Amino acid sequence: MGKRIGIEVSIAVAEAVKLCDVDVISAYPITPQTHIVERLSEIVADGELDAEFIPVESEHTAISVAAGASATGARVYTATSAQGLALMHEILFIVSSMRLPVVMTVANRALSAPISIWCDHSDIMAERDIGWIQTFAINGQETYDLTFHAFRVAEDHRVLLPAVVNFDGFTLTHVIEPIEMAEKEAVDRYLPPFQPKLRLDPDHPITMGPVGVPEIYSEARRQLEVSLLSSKKVIVEAWEEFGRIFGRYYHPIETYRTEDASTILITMGSATETAMLAVDSLRDKGQKVGLVYIRLWRPFPHEEFFEAVKEAKVIAVLDRAISYGMGGGPVFSEVKASLYNLTQRPYIKNFVAGLGGRDIPIENFIEMVDRAEFSAANGLPPTYEHLDVREE
Amino acid sequence: MIEIRFHGRGGQGAVTCVELLAKAAISEGKYAQGFPSFGPERRGAPVMAFLRVDDVPIRLRQKIYQPDIVVILDPGLLHTKEIISGLKENGLIIANSAESVEQLRERLPYKQRLAIVDATKIALEVLRVPITNTTMLGALIRATNIVSKEAMIKALKERFGYLAERNKMAMERAFLETVVSG
Repeated sequence: MGKRIGIEVSIAVAEAVKLCDVDVISAYPITPQTHIVERLSEIVADGELDAEFIPVESEHTAISVAAGASATGARVYTATSAQGLALMHEILFIVSSMRLPVVMTVANRALSAPISIWCDHSDIMAERDIGWIQTFAINGQETYDLTFHAFRVAEDHRVLLPAVVNFDGFTLTHVIEPIEMAEKEAVDRYLPPFQPKLRLDPDHPITMGPVGVPEIYSEARRQLEVSLLSSKKVIVEAWEEFGRIFGRYYHPIETYRTEDASTILITMGSATETAMLAVDSLRDKGQKVGLVYIRLWRPFPHEEFFEAVKEAKVIAVLDRAISYGMGGGPVFSEVKASLYNLTQRPYIKNFVAGLGGRDIPIENFIEMVDRAEFSAANGLPPTYEHLDVREE
Repeated sequence: MIEIRFHGRGGQGAVTCVELLAKAAISEGKYAQGFPSFGPERRGAPVMAFLRVDDVPIRLRQKIYQPDIVVILDPGLLHTKEIISGLKENGLIIANSAESVEQLRERLPYKQRLAIVDATKIALEVLRVPITNTTMLGALIRATNIVSKEAMIKALKERFGYLAERNKMAMERAFLETVVSG
Protein backbone atom coordinates (compact mmCIF):
# COMPACT_ATOMS: atom_id res chain seq x y z
CA MET A 1 0.00 0.00 0.00
CA GLY A 2 1.18 3.49 -0.79
CA LYS A 3 1.58 6.23 1.73
CA ARG A 4 -1.34 8.57 2.44
CA ILE A 5 -0.13 12.17 2.56
CA GLY A 6 -1.49 15.70 2.43
CA ILE A 7 -0.64 17.15 -0.97
CA GLU A 8 -1.98 19.72 -3.41
CA VAL A 9 -3.85 17.86 -6.13
CA SER A 10 -1.87 19.53 -8.95
CA ILE A 11 1.41 18.49 -7.33
CA ALA A 12 0.07 14.95 -6.96
CA VAL A 13 -0.72 14.91 -10.71
CA ALA A 14 2.87 15.95 -11.46
CA GLU A 15 4.14 13.16 -9.19
CA ALA A 16 1.89 10.66 -11.02
CA VAL A 17 3.29 11.79 -14.37
CA LYS A 18 6.79 11.32 -12.97
CA LEU A 19 5.95 7.76 -11.86
CA CYS A 20 4.71 7.09 -15.40
CA ASP A 21 8.24 7.71 -16.68
CA VAL A 22 7.16 10.02 -19.47
CA ASP A 23 9.76 10.85 -22.12
CA VAL A 24 8.51 14.24 -23.24
CA ILE A 25 6.50 16.97 -21.53
CA SER A 26 5.51 19.88 -23.70
CA ALA A 27 3.37 22.51 -22.06
CA TYR A 28 2.56 26.16 -21.73
CA PRO A 29 1.51 27.45 -18.29
CA ILE A 30 -2.03 28.71 -17.81
CA THR A 31 -4.02 29.20 -14.60
CA PRO A 32 -5.26 26.95 -12.98
CA GLN A 33 -3.11 24.25 -14.61
CA THR A 34 0.16 26.05 -13.72
CA HIS A 35 1.23 24.12 -10.64
CA ILE A 36 1.33 20.83 -12.55
CA VAL A 37 3.79 22.02 -15.17
CA GLU A 38 5.81 24.12 -12.70
CA ARG A 39 6.35 21.03 -10.57
CA LEU A 40 7.13 18.88 -13.61
CA SER A 41 9.73 21.33 -14.89
CA GLU A 42 11.31 21.22 -11.41
CA ILE A 43 11.26 17.42 -11.39
CA VAL A 44 12.99 17.30 -14.79
CA ALA A 45 15.49 20.07 -13.90
CA ASP A 46 16.40 18.30 -10.66
CA GLY A 47 17.11 15.09 -12.57
CA GLU A 48 14.34 13.17 -10.79
CA LEU A 49 12.88 12.24 -14.16
CA ASP A 50 14.84 11.56 -17.34
CA ALA A 51 12.57 13.44 -19.74
CA GLU A 52 12.62 16.35 -22.13
CA PHE A 53 10.63 19.28 -20.79
CA ILE A 54 9.92 21.42 -23.83
CA PRO A 55 8.76 24.92 -22.94
CA VAL A 56 6.84 26.39 -25.85
CA GLU A 57 5.35 29.75 -26.78
CA SER A 58 1.72 28.68 -26.98
CA GLU A 59 -0.66 25.79 -26.44
CA HIS A 60 -0.95 25.33 -30.19
CA THR A 61 2.74 24.50 -30.18
CA ALA A 62 2.50 22.50 -26.94
CA ILE A 63 0.11 20.03 -28.53
CA SER A 64 1.92 20.10 -31.90
CA VAL A 65 5.19 19.18 -30.17
CA ALA A 66 3.34 16.50 -28.20
CA ALA A 67 2.01 15.05 -31.46
CA GLY A 68 5.44 15.03 -33.10
CA ALA A 69 7.14 13.52 -30.07
CA SER A 70 4.46 10.86 -29.70
CA ALA A 71 4.84 9.95 -33.38
CA THR A 72 8.49 9.08 -32.71
CA GLY A 73 7.38 6.56 -30.11
CA ALA A 74 7.86 8.68 -26.97
CA ARG A 75 5.50 8.66 -23.98
CA VAL A 76 4.17 12.21 -23.99
CA TYR A 77 2.30 14.37 -21.49
CA THR A 78 0.80 17.84 -21.59
CA ALA A 79 -1.71 19.84 -19.55
CA THR A 80 -3.78 22.94 -20.11
CA SER A 81 -6.96 24.89 -19.30
CA ALA A 82 -9.65 26.99 -20.97
CA GLN A 83 -8.22 29.33 -23.65
CA GLY A 84 -5.18 27.08 -23.83
CA LEU A 85 -7.32 24.09 -24.73
CA ALA A 86 -9.23 26.21 -27.22
CA LEU A 87 -5.97 27.24 -28.86
CA MET A 88 -5.07 23.55 -29.25
CA HIS A 89 -8.38 22.87 -31.00
CA GLU A 90 -7.27 22.14 -34.58
CA ILE A 91 -4.41 19.88 -33.51
CA LEU A 92 -6.52 17.82 -31.09
CA PHE A 93 -8.33 16.14 -34.01
CA ILE A 94 -5.01 15.36 -35.69
CA VAL A 95 -3.61 13.68 -32.56
CA SER A 96 -6.57 11.33 -32.28
CA SER A 97 -6.86 10.58 -35.97
CA MET A 98 -3.13 9.84 -36.17
CA ARG A 99 -3.71 7.48 -33.23
CA LEU A 100 -1.11 9.12 -30.98
CA PRO A 101 -1.55 8.13 -27.31
CA VAL A 102 -0.79 11.54 -25.80
CA VAL A 103 -2.13 12.06 -22.27
CA MET A 104 -3.37 15.49 -21.27
CA THR A 105 -4.71 16.82 -17.99
CA VAL A 106 -7.27 19.57 -18.36
CA ALA A 107 -7.78 21.79 -15.30
CA ASN A 108 -11.32 22.78 -16.21
CA ARG A 109 -11.87 26.50 -16.43
CA ALA A 110 -14.39 28.89 -17.97
CA LEU A 111 -13.83 30.39 -21.40
CA SER A 112 -13.59 34.14 -21.96
CA ALA A 113 -15.32 36.64 -22.25
CA PRO A 114 -15.58 38.01 -19.64
CA ILE A 115 -12.18 36.72 -18.56
CA SER A 116 -12.61 34.08 -15.89
CA ILE A 117 -9.85 31.94 -14.45
CA TRP A 118 -12.36 29.93 -12.41
CA CYS A 119 -13.93 26.55 -12.87
CA ASP A 120 -16.61 25.40 -15.20
CA HIS A 121 -16.72 22.79 -17.96
CA SER A 122 -17.10 24.97 -21.04
CA ASP A 123 -13.49 24.38 -22.10
CA ILE A 124 -13.76 20.62 -22.48
CA MET A 125 -17.38 20.70 -23.67
CA ALA A 126 -16.23 22.64 -26.73
CA GLU A 127 -13.89 19.67 -27.39
CA ARG A 128 -16.40 16.87 -26.95
CA ASP A 129 -15.96 15.56 -30.49
CA ILE A 130 -12.18 15.52 -30.82
CA GLY A 131 -11.97 11.73 -30.70
CA TRP A 132 -10.07 11.54 -27.39
CA ILE A 133 -10.94 9.36 -24.41
CA GLN A 134 -12.25 11.71 -21.72
CA THR A 135 -12.68 11.07 -18.00
CA PHE A 136 -13.78 13.33 -15.13
CA ALA A 137 -12.36 13.15 -11.60
CA ILE A 138 -14.43 14.01 -8.54
CA ASN A 139 -11.55 14.42 -6.07
CA GLY A 140 -7.77 14.46 -5.75
CA GLN A 141 -7.33 10.71 -5.38
CA GLU A 142 -9.28 10.09 -8.56
CA THR A 143 -7.35 12.70 -10.49
CA TYR A 144 -4.13 11.01 -9.43
CA ASP A 145 -5.39 7.50 -10.20
CA LEU A 146 -6.95 8.43 -13.54
CA THR A 147 -3.55 9.72 -14.71
CA PHE A 148 -2.03 6.22 -14.58
CA HIS A 149 -5.15 4.77 -16.13
CA ALA A 150 -5.05 7.25 -19.02
CA PHE A 151 -1.55 6.17 -20.11
CA ARG A 152 -2.36 2.49 -19.77
CA VAL A 153 -5.51 2.71 -21.89
CA ALA A 154 -4.16 5.18 -24.45
CA GLU A 155 -1.11 3.03 -25.22
CA ASP A 156 -2.98 -0.29 -25.39
CA HIS A 157 -2.63 -1.58 -28.95
CA ARG A 158 -6.36 -2.24 -29.07
CA VAL A 159 -6.89 1.48 -28.44
CA LEU A 160 -3.98 3.79 -29.42
CA LEU A 161 -5.88 6.98 -28.77
CA PRO A 162 -5.09 10.13 -26.80
CA ALA A 163 -6.78 10.66 -23.45
CA VAL A 164 -7.89 13.65 -21.40
CA VAL A 165 -8.24 13.57 -17.62
CA ASN A 166 -10.52 16.41 -16.50
CA PHE A 167 -10.28 17.86 -13.01
CA ASP A 168 -11.89 21.05 -11.85
CA GLY A 169 -9.88 24.25 -11.74
CA PHE A 170 -9.24 25.59 -8.22
CA THR A 171 -11.86 23.39 -6.52
CA LEU A 172 -9.46 20.52 -7.18
CA THR A 173 -6.25 21.96 -8.66
CA HIS A 174 -5.45 24.17 -5.67
CA VAL A 175 -6.74 21.99 -2.83
CA ILE A 176 -4.49 20.20 -0.37
CA GLU A 177 -6.10 16.94 0.66
CA PRO A 178 -5.18 13.36 1.57
CA ILE A 179 -4.01 11.26 -1.36
CA GLU A 180 -2.62 7.77 -1.20
CA MET A 181 0.55 7.92 -3.26
CA ALA A 182 1.49 4.94 -5.41
CA GLU A 183 4.68 2.90 -5.12
CA LYS A 184 6.91 3.03 -8.20
CA GLU A 185 7.02 -0.75 -8.32
CA ALA A 186 3.20 -0.96 -8.41
CA VAL A 187 2.98 1.66 -11.17
CA ASP A 188 5.56 -0.26 -13.20
CA ARG A 189 3.44 -3.38 -12.86
CA TYR A 190 0.35 -1.48 -13.96
CA LEU A 191 1.93 0.50 -16.78
CA PRO A 192 4.43 -1.37 -18.94
CA PRO A 193 6.80 0.67 -21.14
CA PHE A 194 5.17 2.16 -24.23
CA GLN A 195 5.59 -0.07 -27.29
CA PRO A 196 4.61 1.99 -30.31
CA LYS A 197 2.99 0.06 -33.13
CA LEU A 198 4.31 2.47 -35.73
CA ARG A 199 6.80 5.25 -35.25
CA LEU A 200 8.71 7.87 -37.16
CA ASP A 201 12.20 6.49 -37.61
CA PRO A 202 14.69 7.80 -40.21
CA ASP A 203 15.98 4.25 -40.80
CA HIS A 204 12.50 2.95 -41.58
CA PRO A 205 10.70 5.91 -43.07
CA ILE A 206 6.91 6.02 -43.06
CA THR A 207 4.41 8.83 -43.62
CA MET A 208 1.84 9.73 -41.01
CA GLY A 209 -1.20 11.91 -41.56
CA PRO A 210 -0.97 12.48 -45.31
CA VAL A 211 -3.82 13.71 -47.49
CA GLY A 212 -6.94 11.60 -47.13
CA VAL A 213 -8.56 11.66 -50.54
CA PRO A 214 -12.33 11.02 -50.69
CA GLU A 215 -11.61 7.33 -51.36
CA ILE A 216 -9.92 6.91 -47.94
CA TYR A 217 -11.05 9.73 -45.61
CA SER A 218 -14.35 8.13 -44.59
CA GLU A 219 -12.61 4.89 -43.70
CA ALA A 220 -9.96 6.68 -41.65
CA ARG A 221 -12.60 8.58 -39.70
CA ARG A 222 -14.80 5.51 -39.28
CA GLN A 223 -11.78 3.66 -37.92
CA LEU A 224 -11.23 6.40 -35.35
CA GLU A 225 -14.87 6.23 -34.31
CA VAL A 226 -14.86 2.44 -34.00
CA SER A 227 -11.63 2.54 -31.99
CA LEU A 228 -13.03 5.10 -29.58
CA LEU A 229 -16.34 3.28 -29.13
CA SER A 230 -14.65 -0.06 -28.57
CA SER A 231 -12.05 1.40 -26.21
CA LYS A 232 -14.65 1.14 -23.42
CA LYS A 233 -13.83 -2.55 -22.99
CA VAL A 234 -10.15 -1.76 -22.45
CA ILE A 235 -11.00 1.21 -20.21
CA VAL A 236 -13.09 -1.02 -17.94
CA GLU A 237 -10.47 -3.77 -18.00
CA ALA A 238 -7.76 -1.27 -17.04
CA TRP A 239 -9.87 -0.04 -14.11
CA GLU A 240 -10.35 -3.62 -12.94
CA GLU A 241 -6.60 -4.19 -13.08
CA PHE A 242 -6.06 -0.88 -11.24
CA GLY A 243 -8.36 -2.10 -8.49
CA ARG A 244 -6.47 -5.37 -8.16
CA ILE A 245 -3.13 -3.57 -7.80
CA PHE A 246 -4.09 -0.41 -5.90
CA GLY A 247 -7.30 -1.45 -4.13
CA ARG A 248 -9.41 1.37 -5.54
CA TYR A 249 -12.10 0.42 -8.04
CA TYR A 250 -13.51 2.67 -10.73
CA HIS A 251 -16.35 2.33 -13.24
CA PRO A 252 -17.60 4.35 -16.22
CA ILE A 253 -20.74 5.33 -14.29
CA GLU A 254 -20.95 5.43 -10.50
CA THR A 255 -24.04 5.38 -8.34
CA TYR A 256 -24.65 6.72 -4.85
CA ARG A 257 -27.73 5.64 -2.89
CA THR A 258 -29.73 4.96 -6.06
CA GLU A 259 -31.41 1.84 -4.63
CA ASP A 260 -35.19 2.48 -4.85
CA ALA A 261 -34.50 6.13 -5.83
CA SER A 262 -37.34 7.74 -7.77
CA THR A 263 -35.33 10.93 -8.38
CA ILE A 264 -31.73 10.86 -9.49
CA LEU A 265 -29.22 13.71 -9.70
CA ILE A 266 -26.60 13.54 -12.46
CA THR A 267 -23.21 15.20 -11.94
CA MET A 268 -19.63 15.21 -13.22
CA GLY A 269 -16.52 16.55 -11.52
CA SER A 270 -15.83 18.10 -8.14
CA ALA A 271 -19.45 19.07 -7.38
CA THR A 272 -20.24 15.38 -7.02
CA GLU A 273 -19.21 14.84 -3.42
CA THR A 274 -21.15 17.91 -2.28
CA ALA A 275 -24.16 16.49 -4.15
CA MET A 276 -23.74 13.26 -2.14
CA LEU A 277 -24.22 15.27 1.04
CA ALA A 278 -27.41 16.76 -0.42
CA VAL A 279 -28.61 13.21 -1.17
CA ASP A 280 -27.82 12.18 2.43
CA SER A 281 -29.80 15.09 3.79
CA LEU A 282 -32.82 14.36 1.54
CA ARG A 283 -32.66 10.65 2.40
CA ASP A 284 -32.70 11.60 6.09
CA LYS A 285 -36.01 13.33 5.41
CA GLY A 286 -37.34 10.18 3.75
CA GLN A 287 -37.05 11.33 0.13
CA LYS A 288 -36.07 8.63 -2.33
CA VAL A 289 -33.19 10.45 -3.99
CA GLY A 290 -29.95 9.11 -5.41
CA LEU A 291 -26.97 10.31 -7.40
CA VAL A 292 -25.34 9.06 -10.58
CA TYR A 293 -22.03 10.51 -11.64
CA ILE A 294 -20.39 10.18 -14.99
CA ARG A 295 -16.71 9.31 -14.84
CA LEU A 296 -16.29 8.23 -18.46
CA TRP A 297 -17.51 11.02 -20.73
CA ARG A 298 -16.02 9.73 -23.99
CA PRO A 299 -16.74 7.10 -25.12
CA PHE A 300 -20.14 7.72 -23.50
CA PRO A 301 -21.11 4.57 -21.57
CA HIS A 302 -24.71 4.27 -22.77
CA GLU A 303 -25.40 0.79 -21.34
CA GLU A 304 -23.96 1.54 -17.91
CA PHE A 305 -25.80 4.84 -17.80
CA PHE A 306 -29.08 3.20 -18.71
CA GLU A 307 -28.59 0.53 -16.02
CA ALA A 308 -27.91 3.21 -13.41
CA VAL A 309 -30.98 5.35 -14.09
CA LYS A 310 -33.55 2.92 -15.51
CA GLU A 311 -35.72 2.85 -12.37
CA ALA A 312 -35.84 6.61 -11.91
CA LYS A 313 -38.99 8.62 -12.56
CA VAL A 314 -37.26 12.02 -12.45
CA ILE A 315 -33.73 12.95 -13.44
CA ALA A 316 -32.09 16.29 -12.59
CA VAL A 317 -28.94 16.94 -14.63
CA LEU A 318 -26.28 19.43 -13.57
CA ASP A 319 -24.38 21.23 -16.32
CA ARG A 320 -21.41 23.52 -15.77
CA ALA A 321 -21.54 24.76 -19.35
CA ILE A 322 -24.14 26.06 -21.79
CA SER A 323 -24.79 24.59 -25.21
CA TYR A 324 -25.57 27.96 -26.79
CA GLY A 325 -28.66 28.05 -28.89
CA MET A 326 -29.73 24.52 -27.99
CA GLY A 327 -31.31 25.32 -24.63
CA GLY A 328 -29.54 23.82 -21.65
CA GLY A 329 -26.16 22.20 -21.27
CA PRO A 330 -24.20 19.49 -23.06
CA VAL A 331 -24.58 16.79 -20.37
CA PHE A 332 -28.35 17.31 -20.61
CA SER A 333 -28.22 16.80 -24.40
CA GLU A 334 -26.21 13.59 -24.09
CA VAL A 335 -28.36 12.17 -21.31
CA LYS A 336 -31.53 12.85 -23.22
CA ALA A 337 -30.11 11.38 -26.41
CA SER A 338 -28.88 8.32 -24.56
CA LEU A 339 -32.32 7.61 -23.06
CA TYR A 340 -34.49 8.58 -26.03
CA ASN A 341 -35.05 5.05 -27.30
CA LEU A 342 -36.48 3.81 -24.01
CA THR A 343 -40.17 3.06 -24.06
CA GLN A 344 -40.62 4.44 -20.54
CA ARG A 345 -38.53 7.53 -20.38
CA PRO A 346 -37.91 9.39 -17.11
CA TYR A 347 -38.73 13.07 -16.79
CA ILE A 348 -35.44 14.90 -17.34
CA LYS A 349 -34.79 18.42 -16.14
CA ASN A 350 -31.58 20.37 -16.57
CA PHE A 351 -29.91 22.87 -14.26
CA VAL A 352 -27.05 25.08 -15.35
CA ALA A 353 -24.98 26.13 -12.34
CA GLY A 354 -21.42 26.72 -11.25
CA LEU A 355 -20.36 28.79 -14.25
CA GLY A 356 -17.07 30.68 -13.98
CA GLY A 357 -16.38 29.49 -10.43
CA ARG A 358 -19.81 30.22 -8.95
CA ASP A 359 -20.08 28.00 -5.89
CA ILE A 360 -22.56 25.08 -5.94
CA PRO A 361 -23.43 24.56 -2.27
CA ILE A 362 -25.53 21.71 -0.88
CA GLU A 363 -28.67 23.88 -0.98
CA ASN A 364 -28.36 24.15 -4.77
CA PHE A 365 -28.62 20.38 -5.15
CA ILE A 366 -31.60 20.21 -2.84
CA GLU A 367 -33.22 22.95 -4.92
CA MET A 368 -32.52 20.98 -8.12
CA VAL A 369 -34.28 17.92 -6.72
CA ASP A 370 -37.23 19.98 -5.45
CA ARG A 371 -37.68 21.89 -8.68
CA ALA A 372 -37.33 18.81 -10.88
CA GLU A 373 -39.89 16.89 -8.79
CA PHE A 374 -42.25 19.87 -8.77
CA SER A 375 -41.99 20.29 -12.55
CA ALA A 376 -42.58 16.58 -13.11
CA ALA A 377 -45.55 16.44 -10.72
CA ASN A 378 -47.16 19.48 -12.34
CA GLY A 379 -46.63 18.41 -15.91
CA LEU A 380 -44.38 21.36 -16.76
CA PRO A 381 -42.31 21.01 -19.93
CA PRO A 382 -39.01 19.23 -19.30
CA THR A 383 -36.65 22.07 -19.96
CA TYR A 384 -33.69 23.76 -18.32
CA GLU A 385 -33.17 26.43 -15.69
CA HIS A 386 -30.24 28.45 -14.48
CA LEU A 387 -29.67 28.18 -10.75
CA ASP A 388 -28.59 31.05 -8.58
CA VAL A 389 -28.35 33.65 -11.32
CA ARG A 390 -29.57 37.26 -11.36
CA GLU A 391 -31.90 37.74 -14.31
CA GLU A 392 -32.03 41.56 -14.18
CA MET B 1 -15.87 18.95 11.18
CA ILE B 2 -14.02 22.15 12.01
CA GLU B 3 -13.89 24.95 9.46
CA ILE B 4 -11.26 27.67 9.74
CA ARG B 5 -10.78 30.88 7.76
CA PHE B 6 -7.45 32.67 7.69
CA HIS B 7 -7.13 36.38 6.99
CA GLY B 8 -3.80 37.84 6.03
CA ARG B 9 -2.14 39.97 3.42
CA GLY B 10 -0.58 38.58 0.26
CA GLY B 11 2.96 37.55 1.25
CA GLN B 12 2.28 36.83 4.92
CA GLY B 13 1.83 33.14 4.25
CA ALA B 14 -1.85 32.47 4.96
CA VAL B 15 -1.86 29.84 2.20
CA THR B 16 1.29 28.22 3.58
CA CYS B 17 -0.36 28.19 6.99
CA VAL B 18 -3.25 26.20 5.58
CA GLU B 19 -0.89 23.89 3.70
CA LEU B 20 1.13 23.13 6.84
CA LEU B 21 -1.96 22.52 8.95
CA ALA B 22 -3.60 20.27 6.37
CA LYS B 23 -0.43 18.22 6.02
CA ALA B 24 0.03 17.97 9.79
CA ALA B 25 -3.58 16.88 10.34
CA ILE B 26 -3.40 14.29 7.55
CA SER B 27 -0.10 12.95 8.90
CA GLU B 28 -1.93 12.30 12.18
CA GLY B 29 -4.51 10.17 10.36
CA LYS B 30 -7.16 12.88 10.19
CA TYR B 31 -8.82 14.24 7.07
CA ALA B 32 -8.21 17.79 5.95
CA GLN B 33 -8.88 20.07 3.03
CA GLY B 34 -6.86 23.27 2.62
CA PHE B 35 -7.38 25.83 -0.09
CA PRO B 36 -6.65 29.47 -0.93
CA SER B 37 -9.29 32.02 -1.81
CA PHE B 38 -9.42 31.15 -5.47
CA GLY B 39 -8.14 33.78 -7.80
CA PRO B 40 -5.30 36.16 -8.51
CA GLU B 41 -3.51 37.27 -5.34
CA ARG B 42 -1.54 40.44 -4.85
CA ARG B 43 1.22 41.11 -2.37
CA GLY B 44 -0.03 43.29 0.47
CA ALA B 45 -3.72 43.01 -0.37
CA PRO B 46 -6.07 41.25 2.07
CA VAL B 47 -6.25 37.53 1.27
CA MET B 48 -8.03 34.55 2.76
CA ALA B 49 -7.27 30.86 3.02
CA PHE B 50 -9.46 28.04 4.24
CA LEU B 51 -9.16 24.77 6.11
CA ARG B 52 -11.48 21.91 6.98
CA VAL B 53 -10.43 19.20 9.43
CA ASP B 54 -12.44 16.12 10.32
CA ASP B 55 -12.07 12.56 11.60
CA VAL B 56 -13.88 11.17 8.54
CA PRO B 57 -13.31 11.79 4.80
CA ILE B 58 -14.41 15.29 3.78
CA ARG B 59 -16.83 15.40 0.88
CA LEU B 60 -17.99 18.98 1.25
CA ARG B 61 -16.39 21.12 -1.47
CA GLN B 62 -18.40 24.29 -1.21
CA LYS B 63 -16.92 27.51 0.15
CA ILE B 64 -16.66 28.00 3.89
CA TYR B 65 -19.58 30.27 4.77
CA GLN B 66 -19.80 29.78 8.55
CA PRO B 67 -16.36 29.12 10.00
CA ASP B 68 -15.87 27.85 13.52
CA ILE B 69 -12.60 29.71 13.81
CA VAL B 70 -11.00 32.73 12.16
CA VAL B 71 -7.27 33.40 12.36
CA ILE B 72 -6.03 36.92 11.64
CA LEU B 73 -2.37 37.18 10.68
CA ASP B 74 -2.29 40.97 10.31
CA PRO B 75 -3.42 43.39 13.07
CA GLY B 76 -4.35 45.93 10.38
CA LEU B 77 -7.23 43.69 9.33
CA LEU B 78 -8.83 43.32 12.76
CA HIS B 79 -11.37 46.06 12.20
CA THR B 80 -12.55 44.86 8.77
CA LYS B 81 -16.07 43.48 8.62
CA GLU B 82 -14.92 40.38 6.73
CA ILE B 83 -13.27 39.04 9.89
CA ILE B 84 -16.48 38.12 11.67
CA SER B 85 -18.57 37.53 8.56
CA GLY B 86 -20.42 34.24 9.05
CA LEU B 87 -18.37 33.33 12.11
CA LYS B 88 -20.43 31.08 14.39
CA GLU B 89 -21.69 32.63 17.63
CA ASN B 90 -19.80 30.05 19.65
CA GLY B 91 -16.80 30.51 17.37
CA LEU B 92 -13.27 31.61 18.12
CA ILE B 93 -11.17 34.53 16.90
CA ILE B 94 -7.42 34.04 17.00
CA ALA B 95 -5.77 37.37 16.43
CA ASN B 96 -2.30 38.76 15.97
CA SER B 97 -2.44 41.88 18.12
CA ALA B 98 -0.31 43.87 20.56
CA GLU B 99 -3.47 44.97 22.32
CA SER B 100 -5.06 43.22 25.29
CA VAL B 101 -8.29 41.23 25.15
CA GLU B 102 -10.09 44.09 26.96
CA GLN B 103 -8.79 46.72 24.56
CA LEU B 104 -9.90 44.69 21.53
CA ARG B 105 -13.32 43.96 22.99
CA GLU B 106 -13.82 47.63 23.66
CA ARG B 107 -13.04 48.85 20.15
CA LEU B 108 -14.26 45.91 18.04
CA PRO B 109 -17.67 44.21 17.80
CA TYR B 110 -16.33 40.74 18.63
CA LYS B 111 -18.79 38.57 20.55
CA GLN B 112 -16.98 35.30 20.11
CA ARG B 113 -14.16 33.88 22.21
CA LEU B 114 -10.78 35.51 21.67
CA ALA B 115 -7.20 34.28 21.62
CA ILE B 116 -4.50 36.90 21.24
CA VAL B 117 -0.79 36.89 20.67
CA ASP B 118 1.62 39.61 19.50
CA ALA B 119 2.80 37.53 16.56
CA THR B 120 4.42 40.44 14.69
CA LYS B 121 6.72 41.10 17.66
CA ILE B 122 7.62 37.42 17.97
CA ALA B 123 8.17 37.03 14.22
CA LEU B 124 10.41 40.13 14.11
CA GLU B 125 12.46 38.94 17.07
CA VAL B 126 12.75 35.28 16.12
CA LEU B 127 12.49 35.23 12.33
CA ARG B 128 13.56 38.86 11.73
CA VAL B 129 10.76 39.28 9.19
CA PRO B 130 7.16 40.37 9.81
CA ILE B 131 5.80 37.11 8.37
CA THR B 132 3.46 35.78 11.01
CA ASN B 133 2.05 32.57 9.58
CA THR B 134 4.17 30.01 11.43
CA THR B 135 3.99 32.09 14.61
CA MET B 136 0.20 32.12 14.47
CA LEU B 137 0.23 28.33 14.16
CA GLY B 138 1.45 28.28 17.77
CA ALA B 139 -1.53 30.38 18.84
CA LEU B 140 -3.93 28.15 16.93
CA ILE B 141 -2.56 24.97 18.50
CA ARG B 142 -2.69 26.54 21.96
CA ALA B 143 -6.29 27.64 21.53
CA THR B 144 -7.68 24.56 19.75
CA ASN B 145 -5.48 21.43 19.80
CA ILE B 146 -6.52 20.97 16.19
CA VAL B 147 -3.22 19.20 15.51
CA SER B 148 -0.48 18.12 17.86
CA LYS B 149 2.61 20.26 18.25
CA GLU B 150 4.71 17.26 17.17
CA ALA B 151 2.82 16.85 13.88
CA MET B 152 3.14 20.57 13.26
CA ILE B 153 6.89 20.52 13.84
CA LYS B 154 7.23 17.62 11.45
CA ALA B 155 5.29 19.54 8.79
CA LEU B 156 7.52 22.60 9.38
CA LYS B 157 10.63 20.49 8.89
CA GLU B 158 9.33 19.00 5.66
CA ARG B 159 8.35 22.40 4.31
CA PHE B 160 11.27 24.58 5.43
CA GLY B 161 14.26 22.26 5.84
CA TYR B 162 17.02 24.12 7.71
CA LEU B 163 14.77 27.16 8.20
CA ALA B 164 12.33 25.04 10.17
CA GLU B 165 14.16 25.50 13.47
CA ARG B 166 13.51 29.23 13.73
CA ASN B 167 9.91 28.81 12.62
CA LYS B 168 9.51 26.15 15.28
CA MET B 169 10.92 28.57 17.88
CA ALA B 170 8.48 31.29 16.79
CA MET B 171 5.61 28.82 16.93
CA GLU B 172 6.54 27.55 20.38
CA ARG B 173 6.97 31.04 21.75
CA ALA B 174 3.53 32.01 20.45
CA PHE B 175 2.15 28.84 22.01
CA LEU B 176 3.40 30.04 25.40
CA GLU B 177 2.42 33.70 25.01
CA THR B 178 -1.09 33.27 23.61
CA VAL B 179 -3.83 34.57 25.89
CA VAL B 180 -7.10 32.69 25.51
CA SER B 181 -10.19 34.31 26.93
CA GLY B 182 -13.77 33.06 27.10
